[in-house]
Amino acid sequence: MEAEAAKYIGAGLATLGMIGSAIGVGNIFANFLNGALRNPSAAGSQVGNLFVGAALAEALGILAFVLGILILNA
Amino acid sequence: MADPIEQFEVHPIPGLEFGEVAVPFLGVQQIAVTNSHVAMTIAFALVVLFLTAVTSGAKVVPGRLQSAGETLFSMIDGVTDSIIGHEGRKYFPFVFTLFTLILGMNILGMFLTFTATSQLAVTITFAVLTILLVIGIGILKHGLGFFLLFWPSSAPLVLRPVVGAIEFLSFLLRPVTLALRLFGNMLGGHVALKIFAGFVVSLGAMAFAGEGLGLWALPIAALSMTMVVALTALEFLVAFLQAFVFAVLATIYLNDVVNLGHGH
Repeated sequence: MEAEAAKYIGAGLATLGMIGSAIGVGNIFANFLNGALRNPSAAGSQVGNLFVGAALAEALGILAFVLGILILNA
Repeated sequence: MADPIEQFEVHPIPGLEFGEVAVPFLGVQQIAVTNSHVAMTIAFALVVLFLTAVTSGAKVVPGRLQSAGETLFSMIDGVTDSIIGHEGRKYFPFVFTLFTLILGMNILGMFLTFTATSQLAVTITFAVLTILLVIGIGILKHGLGFFLLFWPSSAPLVLRPVVGAIEFLSFLLRPVTLALRLFGNMLGGHVALKIFAGFVVSLGAMAFAGEGLGLWALPIAALSMTMVVALTALEFLVAFLQAFVFAVLATIYLNDVVNLGHGH
């Protein structure tokens, strides 16, 4: 296999890491809605925590994306 | 199709190049006003002008402009106040500066051809600035007690070195993730926008030239067009959200050293 082809396959595989972050972000919002519908009056104060949690989970997906870009340009 | 990465290239503005200069350690460097310069300067000017307009002629009962500024102001004030506590006001100017500048550059990226925050150099500068401030405040306030940050007193004694090592590693990773999150979000969003916009043009051209898919390319082009509209709306949300998240995380990291050992 040519090195160039392997590079593209590797970059594609690296982006699979986003699956994990997708599950994480989905979990956070699902659980937030779960809690928010049970106690709507407390939901508003937790929106900040919601977005910080989502951002932390999302960062790992971004790391996979950056890795893909790095492999592509290596 | 147009190259989606091309929009991130930093290049000098024609007519604003001032020759080259030899810098020690860095070699020969070009002196020029680049598109990155221009984007950041416009963002800076907009932030300063907006906040000046908001605060000039402030009234007890705010008008429309003033209440827009007050909302922005009180949002970050609420963040520093709820996370750091009664000392939060002291760190508010730093967090507010970070927030408004990043927000300005993100939003401008949706209107200009260049997004300053999609440059790793810019986001790394913000992250390094934040983490150096955190370390500086930690050492100034607590001296060597700053290193208690890596000694979790709530964990069982046997586990403390292990947890401490993990804490130390996560502390080292903070500036990296802080810089990469903003950079990756901006880069990824704008690449996706450009790719879908490229689909619209190339599939439309295919349909009218009668090549390839022929007229079947038109519905796909229309679908891409709706994706461009939806993604643009999403990118405005992301532009705000990432600036907010950066501010909140900077506040959380500051809180770690300001309220060191108070356990909240």
